[in-house]
Amino acid sequence: MTTLSPTKGPIGEPLDRVDGRLKVTGAARYAAERKPSAPPLHGVIVGATVAKGRVTAIDAAAAEAAPGVRLVMTHRNAPKQPEFGPARIAGNRFQRARPVLGDDRVRHWGEPVAFVVADTFEQARAAADLVKVTYEAEPHAIGLEEHLRDAYAPQTINVGMPTDTEVGDFEAAFAVAPVKVDETYHVAQQHHMAIEPHAAVAEWDGDELTVFTASQTIANARASLAATLGIDKEKVRLVSSYVGGGFGGKLGMRAETALAAFAAKALSRPVKAVQTRRQTFYTVGHRPEAIQRVRLSASRDGRLTGVSHEVWMQSSPVEEFAEQTASSTRALYGAPAILTRHRLVNLDMQGGEPVRAPGEAPGLLALESAIDELCHKLGMDPVEFRILNDTQIDPEKKKPFSSRHLVECLREGAARFGWADRPKSPRERREGAKLIGYGVSAAIRPNYIGPCAAYVRVAEDRSVIVRTDMTDIGTGTYTILTQVAAETLGVPLAAVKVELGDSRFPVSPGSGGSWGAASSASAVHDACLKVKAEMARTDEARVFEATGSVKGMRDTQAYKDFSQYCFGAHFAEVEVDEDTGEIRMRRMLGAFAAGRILNAKTARSQMIGGMIWGVSSALFEEAVNDPRTGHIVNGDLGEYHVAAHADAANVDAFFIDEHDERANALGAKGVGELGICGAGAALANAVFNATGVRARRFPITLDQVIAGV
Amino acid sequence: MTPFTYERASDPAAAARAVAARPDARFIAGGTNLVDLMKLGVERPGHLVDVSRLKLDAIEPRPEGGLKIGAQVKNSVLAADEQVRKLYPLLSRALLAGASGQLRNMASTGGNLLQRTRCFYFADVSQPCNKRTPGSGCAALGGFNRIHAVLGATEACIATNPSDMAVAMAALDARVETVTGEGAPREIPLGELYRAPGEGPETTLGHGELITAVLLPPPPPGRQVYRKVRDRASYAFALVSVAAVVDAADGRVRGGRLALGGVAHKPWRVEEAERLFDGGVETRLFDRIADAALSGARGYGHNDFKIDLARRAIRRTLADAAGDVS
Ligand SMILES: Cc1cc2nc3c(=O)[nH]c(=O)nc-3n(C[C@H](O)[C@H](O)[C@H](O)COP(=O)(O)OP(=O)(O)OC[C@H]3O[C@@H](n4cnc5c(N)ncnc54)[C@H](O)[C@@H]3O)c2cc1C
Repeated sequence: MTTLSPTKGPIGEPLDRVDGRLKVTGAARYAAERKPSAPPLHGVIVGATVAKGRVTAIDAAAAEAAPGVRLVMTHRNAPKQPEFGPARIAGNRFQRARPVLGDDRVRHWGEPVAFVVADTFEQARAAADLVKVTYEAEPHAIGLEEHLRDAYAPQTINVGMPTDTEVGDFEAAFAVAPVKVDETYHVAQQHHMAIEPHAAVAEWDGDELTVFTASQTIANARASLAATLGIDKEKVRLVSSYVGGGFGGKLGMRAETALAAFAAKALSRPVKAVQTRRQTFYTVGHRPEAIQRVRLSASRDGRLTGVSHEVWMQSSPVEEFAEQTASSTRALYGAPAILTRHRLVNLDMQGGEPVRAPGEAPGLLALESAIDELCHKLGMDPVEFRILNDTQIDPEKKKPFSSRHLVECLREGAARFGWADRPKSPRERREGAKLIGYGVSAAIRPNYIGPCAAYVRVAEDRSVIVRTDMTDIGTGTYTILTQVAAETLGVPLAAVKVELGDSRFPVSPGSGGSWGAASSASAVHDACLKVKAEMARTDEARVFEATGSVKGMRDTQAYKDFSQYCFGAHFAEVEVDEDTGEIRMRRMLGAFAAGRILNAKTARSQMIGGMIWGVSSALFEEAVNDPRTGHIVNGDLGEYHVAAHADAANVDAFFIDEHDERANALGAKGVGELGICGAGAALANAVFNATGVRARRFPITLDQVIAGV
Repeated sequence: MTPFTYERASDPAAAARAVAARPDARFIAGGTNLVDLMKLGVERPGHLVDVSRLKLDAIEPRPEGGLKIGAQVKNSVLAADEQVRKLYPLLSRALLAGASGQLRNMASTGGNLLQRTRCFYFADVSQPCNKRTPGSGCAALGGFNRIHAVLGATEACIATNPSDMAVAMAALDARVETVTGEGAPREIPLGELYRAPGEGPETTLGHGELITAVLLPPPPPGRQVYRKVRDRASYAFALVSVAAVVDAADGRVRGGRLALGGVAHKPWRVEEAERLFDGGVETRLFDRIADAALSGARGYGHNDFKIDLARRAIRRTLADAAGDVS
């Protein structure tokens, strides 16, 4: 363990959210609740009901004649916009133009084909039902398993990582190994399902546009909206003061925002548009369905000699997205031979998008299940196996890790969880009709930092204002930045006011990739140091202000010299009903090493939130595409199951004390996505330990269990 | 959602009359099912008659024994009622296994009996559905039918009835009390409330016929158990549920009841299966009852597992209800 980080000030304290009262009293206004200068008109999206084809006719007469209707916008009267293509662009794809109603093509089910604006929401919704759209449907491709022969290798995968890698000679290692695993896992299509649906309120003042929207990354959404409108981004002000979750679904700009802006312009009135829950299944991306083959080879004493992880996943011919599903496999274990591959299959659906821990979450479901299978074959304790195969050198990059405390997480987690008392073999423990099992999994996630700026102002009365366009998507950004500013400036917490989520503020990388806290905290820290230095030079009682910044990882030497990751270990206990196959998680514990923790309370909340999603992805979540139509059969939260409270009653997490000075000046690393990484595999492994049934299709539903017991 | 008009009924007969007067009128009670379906365009009533404030919210002992449960008794109130918990624990358990606390606070006894199927394709107006649009076909038949029926279904419709409460009520031999659109009172055995799946109406109620109460006879002898098998621990509909009453003493099974949920268009009771409860101590008795109850079951692909699941759930639940007999 590294040295204790000296906590003299509020950084790290489990401070309650500074915006907590505003949120629980409803005073925190989310996008759809923002009030423009005049009451807004209301817009409702009409989605396509074919997966592929062309709109041949739209009969809007009845809708246009309906009470209160101001506008029915379709591709025929929508503003001219840039073409979307190509599917893959060189720059930041979140900033590309994202045309809506741009032409008569339908590229996937649910793509907007009309936008109905009326005086009230109810009128717009009723009129939207009256729009009659005629399509010329074309044959579509839906179904990953059925279209695997069309797989291709993308140039790179998400965040520019290489598509394929090979260290050593995996095939040779695998061929001669005495103990092997060669299994294929399937992870279903999953959706973000943030509690706040995508929403926008748009208002023009001359040629200047203000949009209240739900965005994780202001600069991206602003640039994308401006490109779509074909205007200078300086003319667009974008505000997301409070965001009800994003999970990757709000990294860019989405249809409701562009449509609200188009209609507000056409009608010279503010327009509000909110997607329905069902619409968010089609229009904001998802975690693509993936098939993963994992091969492992080991010596009899439990040393990995080879690891191979090959992935085939859904993508879209319109916009390519390759989740970095096998990327964790490149750094988790110190095997001499490691092979990874990613292949895409274009289907007539919306493209994938980052969903919390893109790549790591589904990839670790497969890899960490396979490791458990190997441990079972070896007859080894899966905790000891992981410790034995730990490495302090990144096996692919051949660089040291900036900090790596996976072993400490495994050991400390095992001790606190009571791993020593685990049932050692499947079906060993039962309580009545319930079979009890324990499972473990490792967690790993890259640590990123993005270029970020922040402004700090200290007034004569020593009250402090902090501004950055960084967002708080429910994670606690307002709170941690308050703590960082208070401690760095040496002022009381109550003196600090943090303002976020406005494109008028200095640019941040936003909330995504778990880099938001470290990036924005570093920039605020830098600005505070500058102000403090200025204040030290004078006794004047005046206003002090400064803009601070931090460089992105590509321009930071420590990210070139060191491999930067966060680590953890998950422990789970499940009970499985032997008669019905029902799996219930009894308790779960996560142990994490993620640098200096800025707020013990909000960070823990992030971890347990991620772990609960891990439970959900292992046991519940699956969007079912109907191959006949291309629509999602279970597209609402009644039937697309996420963990309910009763499924997540006993989840706890703790942090190993760590301070990673190579990550940034504060020693902090990203925590937002780490919690889900590997969490689901701990459950799958516990199910095997309970029942002897190895389920390789996620979610693991009870029918898979009863087929095996 | 299409615009509609609304009125609050003053008494049951007036409510029935008001709905009977307009083909596009519907009763609304808690609205937890109807309003969802209106938002989805599945239901498009032109007029709503609100029955939620009618004085039909009492739970009263009947002179001949048993209980009379007003149609406006909320699911949460019914589940917590002391007489219900004492005499009909099966019913209380079934209610508590349904929906969520918030929904149960709104949901009424009458509305619960008449909630519509959760078939995905029924709830999606872009899809063909004989139940919603007679003659349009059944998309579930060749579609994703994991939650669909394995008993009593036809080529026209393989949807299930989603109610937990109704399964318990069926096992308890409940009767439904109504007032027709013409103002005439009527009583219908719960087993006769739901019609066989097809293209016609789902229930044997006439348009404008209002459920005013559910009548429960005195509880049958034996121990009552409700077991709901579902994909997550709460807030999920039953894949299979079992309402069982087993009367056993001195190591012998003397009688019992069995109703299944999640497997058919209505709570599924099979007379031949229940006759077997007179079968003494045979170890294979519960297997035979399960086989009889599931006779004729067939899967449609994704739901094939339900037949095995139902068999397992029946055996387990009967054994639990029998205590140490099995
Ligand atoms: C997310 C979700 C999960 C759920 N999970 C479950 C579950 O697990 N198990 C379960 O059993 N249920 C579940 N439910 C369904 C819930 O139990 C029903 O929605 C509720 O019982 C309906 O009662 P209500 O009073 O709200 O009916 P309403 O929605 O008001 O009415 C339903 C129907 O009955 C008619 N109606 C109402 N009252 C009368 C009357 N007195 N006479 C004649 N007709 C009448 C209405 O016209 C309408 O057609 C769930 C619902 C939701 C939304």
